[in-house]
Amino acid sequence: MTRYVMSIDLRRCVGCQTCTAACKHANATPPGIQWRRVLDLETGEFPNVSRTFLPMACMHCANPPCEEVCPTKATTKRADGLVAIDYDLCIGCANCVMACPYDARSIVHAAHYAYDDAAMPSEAARFDPARVAVSMKCSFCKDRIDEASVTGRIPGIHPEVTPACVNSCISGAMEFGDIEDPESNVSRLLDETQHYRMHEELGTEPGVYYIWDKS
Amino acid sequence: MKKLTKKSADLLSPKQQRNWDWRAAANFIAGGAGGSLLLWTALAGFSSGATRMAILLGLMLIGAGLTCVWFEIGRPWRALNVYKHVATSWMTREAMVAAVLFPVGGLALLTAAPWLVVVVGALGAAFLYTQARILAANKGIPTWRHPRSISLMVSTGLAEGIGFLICVASLSSQMIGTWGLVGAIALIAVRAYFWKSYLGGLHADGAPDGALSVLNGFDGRFLMFGHVLPVVAIVATLVGMPAQSGVLFVAGILMVAAGWTMKFTLVLRAAFTQGLALRHLPVRGCGVAGAAAKPGWTMTGT
Repeated sequence: MTRYVMSIDLRRCVGCQTCTAACKHANATPPGIQWRRVLDLETGEFPNVSRTFLPMACMHCANPPCEEVCPTKATTKRADGLVAIDYDLCIGCANCVMACPYDARSIVHAAHYAYDDAAMPSEAARFDPARVAVSMKCSFCKDRIDEASVTGRIPGIHPEVTPACVNSCISGAMEFGDIEDPESNVSRLLDETQHYRMHEELGTEPGVYYIWDKS
Repeated sequence: MKKLTKKSADLLSPKQQRNWDWRAAANFIAGGAGGSLLLWTALAGFSSGATRMAILLGLMLIGAGLTCVWFEIGRPWRALNVYKHVATSWMTREAMVAAVLFPVGGLALLTAAPWLVVVVGALGAAFLYTQARILAANKGIPTWRHPRSISLMVSTGLAEGIGFLICVASLSSQMIGTWGLVGAIALIAVRAYFWKSYLGGLHADGAPDGALSVLNGFDGRFLMFGHVLPVVAIVATLVGMPAQSGVLFVAGILMVAAGWTMKFTLVLRAAFTQGLALRHLPVRGCGVAGAAAKPGWTMTGT
């Protein structure tokens, strides 16, 4: 079995938002919609203050609440652990948006462009009408993952078959790979560090691990 | 152009959901009351005319709610896809109950056959229950996913249904009877109990501060207008107050209106997202990990 997961080393993230930009570039999301976002969290009181950058996106849960509530089977959990959406089945009921505790999903009910109502040539070229009025979210760049099975390359090792955010990270905070493979980069990294998954108590079994200290 | 972007800081705390608006709320508001009205109609033993009136009202309420939802979904012409996931989706189950309810309800409306009225009542109860489960299945909204929201939604639906039945009885000169009115008081008491139990559960288990603030602010008005006043009106009728029909009608309206306001509050105003939580802040250099962070929550619950 394969289960692709992502690890994010919070010690390394500098909040540069390069992954956010890379995601928008790779997936051509409309204005205001970020499948990947990096939150800037300030905690404590002066002089004992701390600043943490928290990259967030779809957690590709092993027990995805979005898949459970979806009335159309548009949201499915794949055998490799990715949670995918079939835009042609989705009715845009937003039940999955309500079910996701990670605020990872969004629905845009009409086409939006960066400037006024007219699309720039670059926007027009990549505009996908199938994504209007349906649920959308981070796909872990599933087209790239699918290509891995054709080319024999390894997600997380070869950039061509690795999510855009992971490729773009300037500090090496993000890793991607098969957690079922004990020799994968992700498995080895998680063995060496202390980590947690967000809102684990909800039973979603998220596929994104946040590293916060060495073992 | 409408501003769509948000600052990162805006995304930290739980925020009111904006994807389900009044149209989605209307489905829970009207559908729950309609389903419950069908149930009580099956048990009321009214004349065929009053039974038909109550069934028509129940079906209209459910139909109105579903129509509102149809206008809300992004791809309404694909709406039939909603039937594809009966294995786990309560929305699919709600749609399946509705698909059986309307033809059977139509037959009951035409014939007023007692056994059909009973079947429609059972389907109405099933519809009410599926709606309660739809809300509770949404793990992203802490005030909905709390297990006590199910009993709250069912009990308020039952109270609204009996409220409507009292109104129908008042308008059609049907007798509810002493035991029926005592039952209505009991249903009001049950709703008040489950409401307080739900609020207590949220406080004990944790919920976003914004949601608790909304619900706490609503608590007093809900108990007064939806519980105390209707009980006073029904008791006044029981002890022989004049103009009983009008007083009972007002009591029924209060029971319904309070439940609808509560559901509107729950589905829209108190529906805050989960937000984020960090069990540990990262250790940088030779420092130590900071305390856990959960913006927008003061409770320790999930």
